Amino acid sequence: MSELAIDRDIDRSHMTVSDEVAIQIDQMNKWFGTFHVLRDINLTVYRGERIVICGPSGSGKSTLIRCINRLEEHQAGTIMVDGTELSSDLKNIDKIRSEVGMCFQHFNLFPHLTILENCTLAPIWVRKTPKKEAEETAMHFLEKVKIPEQANKYPGQLSGGQQQRVAIARSLCMKPRIMLFDEPTSALDPEMIKEVLDTMIELAEEGMTMLCVTHEMGFAQAVANRVIFMDQGQIVEQNEPKEFFNNPQSDRTKLFLSQILGH
Amino acid sequence: MSDTNAQSVSFVRDKMLPESAPPTLERGVVKWIRENLFSSILNSVLTLGSIYVIYWIVAHLYPWLANSVWYASSLNECREIRDATVGPGVPSACFAVITDRWEQLLFGFYPNDAYWRPVMALVAFLAAIAPVLFVSLPRKLLWFSAASPFVMFSLLWGGSIWGPITLAVGFGVGYAAFVLLGRVAGALVSVLGSIIAPVLFWMFLAGPIAGALTAVAPIGLPFVESRSFGGFTLSVIIGVSGIVLSMPLGILLALGRQSDLFIINKVSVAFIEVIRGVPLIVWLFTAQLILGYFLPPGTTFDLTLRVIIMVTLFSSAYIAEVVRGGLAALPKGQYEGADSLGLDYWQSMRLIILPQALKISIPGIVNTFIGLFKDTTLVVFIGLFDPIGLSNAIRASTDWNGIYWELFVFIGLLFFIFCYSMGRYSLFLERKLQRENR
Ligand SMILES: Nc1ncnc2c1ncn2[C@@H]1O[C@H](COP(=O)(O)OP(=O)(O)OP(=O)(O)O)[C@@H](O)[C@H]1O
Ligand SMILES: [Mg+2]
Repeated sequence: MSELAIDRDIDRSHMTVSDEVAIQIDQMNKWFGTFHVLRDINLTVYRGERIVICGPSGSGKSTLIRCINRLEEHQAGTIMVDGTELSSDLKNIDKIRSEVGMCFQHFNLFPHLTILENCTLAPIWVRKTPKKEAEETAMHFLEKVKIPEQANKYPGQLSGGQQQRVAIARSLCMKPRIMLFDEPTSALDPEMIKEVLDTMIELAEEGMTMLCVTHEMGFAQAVANRVIFMDQGQIVEQNEPKEFFNNPQSDRTKLFLSQILGH
Repeated sequence: MSDTNAQSVSFVRDKMLPESAPPTLERGVVKWIRENLFSSILNSVLTLGSIYVIYWIVAHLYPWLANSVWYASSLNECREIRDATVGPGVPSACFAVITDRWEQLLFGFYPNDAYWRPVMALVAFLAAIAPVLFVSLPRKLLWFSAASPFVMFSLLWGGSIWGPITLAVGFGVGYAAFVLLGRVAGALVSVLGSIIAPVLFWMFLAGPIAGALTAVAPIGLPFVESRSFGGFTLSVIIGVSGIVLSMPLGILLALGRQSDLFIINKVSVAFIEVIRGVPLIVWLFTAQLILGYFLPPGTTFDLTLRVIIMVTLFSSAYIAEVVRGGLAALPKGQYEGADSLGLDYWQSMRLIILPQALKISIPGIVNTFIGLFKDTTLVVFIGLFDPIGLSNAIRASTDWNGIYWELFVFIGLLFFIFCYSMGRYSLFLERKLQRENR
């Protein structure tokens, strides 16, 4: 929960929000057994949006974004991703998953494969890309996250920040239209947080649609066009970052912000 | 700490010390012995005690081995030779039984002039597993590995080569069905097709085709009945078939036990628990008695084959549990990482989950295989002539009546070589994977 200031200029020329809907969530509810984790979630994400989701621990942030690519199953309401509804149809699920990239708190790289193999695996097997082409793409994205020289190492040989950047590159190799981030920096040391945030900012600058669960409020202020605050499984407040931080409406939001920003 | 003492703070060395050897007590053999054998009173007592036990064993074994007789035609002759050379009553091993009967211990009642066939089958087997065991070998060799079961079958049992070839073609038919149906229909249809097509092929086409080809071109080695199989050859055939077949079955059972699909899950659990909960010997008797009843009258179903099936099922239940342990040890994030990239179930299992789970399970898997291999000696109880069975047969002859230890030492040594090699390979593999992934 750092307040790491973003000290670089952000190029906003490609950060445009179109009126094409990327994700549409309607009256979605989810239970874990009898525990009602997500309650009546309504959320429309337009293409090009950069949304930061924050909220206290256990408020259902992870569960919400994990529902978007069906790592968790919702029990009521609808979720449409790129016009495809998430139902129990396996074909739809695999299709959506291959269009939606996801980065986890603990990276979830495959330790038995090299960095390059981590990045080419899904393109080769899911997209049926020829190996050579997949490797070129992988190297392109590894250069983008600034670790092409590590391509032939194994994940265990890399630092946490490098691993998270590989995880981002791995998702990008599938050319996703939407990226989901679940606390990508909260398992990292401060100096590594910055390198990962830089990578995420570059992604935002290219116009990627992003949903990030994060407590990096500096990042939210710099690149988000919308901040969503969740508590007890509900969306309590959402606003553009400036308004959200300077003029929170709900008491819960105020309390959360005062705790997290230490005012 | 105080910083009042000025002299001790500033210091300049004016003379460099030469390198010197450590004191005698701190070096070489003396140091090692002191540290490892006599570091405390208890340790010294244990050391001396162990030395005595080792001495006692060697003192008894050595004369027996040193005075051993290697050439004689019966136990009595052995004794006579011993009496003449080292004197009566002196312990002396009679390994003449091995030199006299080793062929039988290795090959059972396999025809004498065809001993080269099991030997070649073993060579083919070693050539087939080499590329599987050592990834540094060229991958093209795997084609031979795929063909080797049919080659080995033709060598061991003989008969027209068209039988094994049509059998192999059946697998090709299955693969073709899988690919062709995969293009026009869904995954389920193509999987079903890949099972049904070869079964139909084997049931209705394989027999006539093999018969016709045999009539046209009767190529093949003379047929050898299963009844003539015996000795270590039999142990290796049962052991190796069991190992090779139980691995995929065990993996499927482990996946089944982890599955969310109710029926598959329950069937796997029931299978594993029932098979595991009953002694192998009971299953072997079952194989001998009951499996025959289920078959249509008139068909004879080879006893060796039945034993192989039972041994396979038995060890697959164990493999399943070992692999399940490996699957459970993987962090949930690995499954989620694979899912989030859009890999389907089989892809994520094959590419992500199983390689890691199997790596964790290597010691347990090899352990199971070693157990399975040694358990093949239980077939003696259903009348097959494995090495133990043969040792009984040899002892029943008047020449070698009353000889025990020499035979068991030889049989034990054979098994030890196999099992020890497996254990060594497992260590090699563990180290190699350790190096690779970190
Ligand atoms: N698989 C599960 N089974 C049962 N309960 C769960 C499961 N996963 C999460 N929960 C519960 O659901 C609630 C929301 O969890 P979630 O992980 O979405 O919270 P979060 O907002 O991401 O919190 P954090 O900031 O700690 O990551 C928590 O109370 C958690 O205990
Ligand atoms: Mg979370």
